[in-house]
Amino acid sequence: MLRALLSSVFLISIVGTALAAEPNADRKSELLYRLKHDCGSCHGMTLKGGLGPALLPASIKEHSNEFLIDVIRDGVAGTPMPPWGVELSQDEAAWLVKKLRAGVSHEN
Amino acid sequence: MKTKFVLVCALLLSACVTQQGVLRGTGDLGVVIERAAGSIKVVETTDRTSLYGLKGLGDLSHASTVFSRDGRYAFIFGRDGGLSKIDLLERKIVKRVMQSGNSIGGAISQDGKLIAVSNYKPGGVKVFNSATLDLVADIPATEIGDGKRSKVVGLVDAPGQKFVFSLYDSGEIWVADFANGNKPVIQKFKDIGTLPYDGLVTPDGRYYIAGLFGEDGLSLLDLWQTDKGVKRILDGYGRGKRKLPVYKMPHLEGWASVGDQLFLPAVGHHEVLVVERDSWKKIDAIPVHGQPIFAVARPDGRQIWVNFAHPRNDVVQVIDVPSRKVIKTLKPGKAVLHLEFTPRGEQVWLSVRDEDRVEVYDTRTFEQLTTIKADKPSGIFLTARANRTGL
Ligand code: HEC
Repeated sequence: MLRALLSSVFLISIVGTALAAEPNADRKSELLYRLKHDCGSCHGMTLKGGLGPALLPASIKEHSNEFLIDVIRDGVAGTPMPPWGVELSQDEAAWLVKKLRAGVSHEN
Repeated sequence: MKTKFVLVCALLLSACVTQQGVLRGTGDLGVVIERAAGSIKVVETTDRTSLYGLKGLGDLSHASTVFSRDGRYAFIFGRDGGLSKIDLLERKIVKRVMQSGNSIGGAISQDGKLIAVSNYKPGGVKVFNSATLDLVADIPATEIGDGKRSKVVGLVDAPGQKFVFSLYDSGEIWVADFANGNKPVIQKFKDIGTLPYDGLVTPDGRYYIAGLFGEDGLSLLDLWQTDKGVKRILDGYGRGKRKLPVYKMPHLEGWASVGDQLFLPAVGHHEVLVVERDSWKKIDAIPVHGQPIFAVARPDGRQIWVNFAHPRNDVVQVIDVPSRKVIKTLKPGKAVLHLEFTPRGEQVWLSVRDEDRVEVYDTRTFEQLTTIKADKPSGIFLTARANRTGL
């Protein structure tokens, strides 16, 4: 009971911060552009995979948000996945993960 | 007077009616990939113009092109496994096949009859008849568990009707020999190093070199003496220096070979390495603006032009080969992705992705000659490649 309560408090706080710190509209479109073109150079422009694995909703559904955010910010040592932490804040990486989970449209 | 008029008329008429049918060669043509739109622009380097565009080529986010030996057809390898054959003169897609789920590049055989494509998914190489695009041979890569096969990278053609390529996940180099028909003899070299990510063959077709991501070094195969096996070269070339994160994989295809020296991008360092051929020793490291992606020699070998990885990719630098110094820094615009010289090197064409344009520079004066509009341009491929091994 206590445990459930605790974890729900925890969840709320995560959701809370994620919402509070969403990037502004300009930065969002910048991030989406980067995702498509810079992440896309290894993961494929449509994120269906390339040298790096696919980043489609189904391909990442087993991974937790924390894991994905860490991979994005810290990279995976010994593989080509570079650490993006210098360019992407925690909140920005979290927002990207949210976008990845929802599926990114490739119309623009 | 009258005949002259009639003549002009007739000339005009034929020019109008068969605007596309005017006799011309293809030696000054080229293809610019528009990576986001899945289209290409066909350009010519004599008057430096864009002639026409073609759409419907699928996902070209990582695309490359080879040319038939007569320079008439372009074969375009798309990210989505699409292989398209384009008639540059008739201005149309002649044939298009979806040959895999995810591909990375291709090559044309010495005799021009075979097109090979290297695939990520399913990992392997497929070989097609260049006239019909019918499948000729399927070479699945080594299994790596889960029913998956190793991704294939660094596919090139080599003399003797061979294709050479590297297996990213399983760390191998394979040589597929098609000299005796469509059933290739395959020679496999194992344990060549961790995570080979690209490969090149020297312009004479003798040495195949794979770049390794998992270690500071390169793997070398002498195709004249394959019995000697794969040798490690430049082991620990970055030792003692902190390696920077690599935001974009360098391309080896653009490695510059000048006389007995090779100029190559150092992975994770702001340097172009100079390596002496035969001894394979590093003889110099030239400091440059960022992590090099392409280091390409002007055809006469006097200059090396270098572009860089994100986020320092708005700059291009020119290295003077005799002095091994950067003699010019140009700022063509955001995201310079690729560069290509005209066959004799008087112009260089640069694609500037984020600015939607291709810039043409004079390589002697560094003057900007013209700008051509293109939608998120990436690779630029001129037909002179038709006659060069490994391109
Ligand atoms: C230079 C190539 C490269 C670039 C650029 C790159 N990645 Fe990666 N990425 C990889 C590779 C390779 C892996 C697989 C690492 C491994 O083997 O665990 C990976 C793994 C990942 C994973 C984990 C996926 C999983 O299922 O384990 C995520 C998430 C990811 N990348 C996101 C990104 C994002 C977001 C960007 C852009 C900001 C990016 N990557 C840019 C190469 C790259």
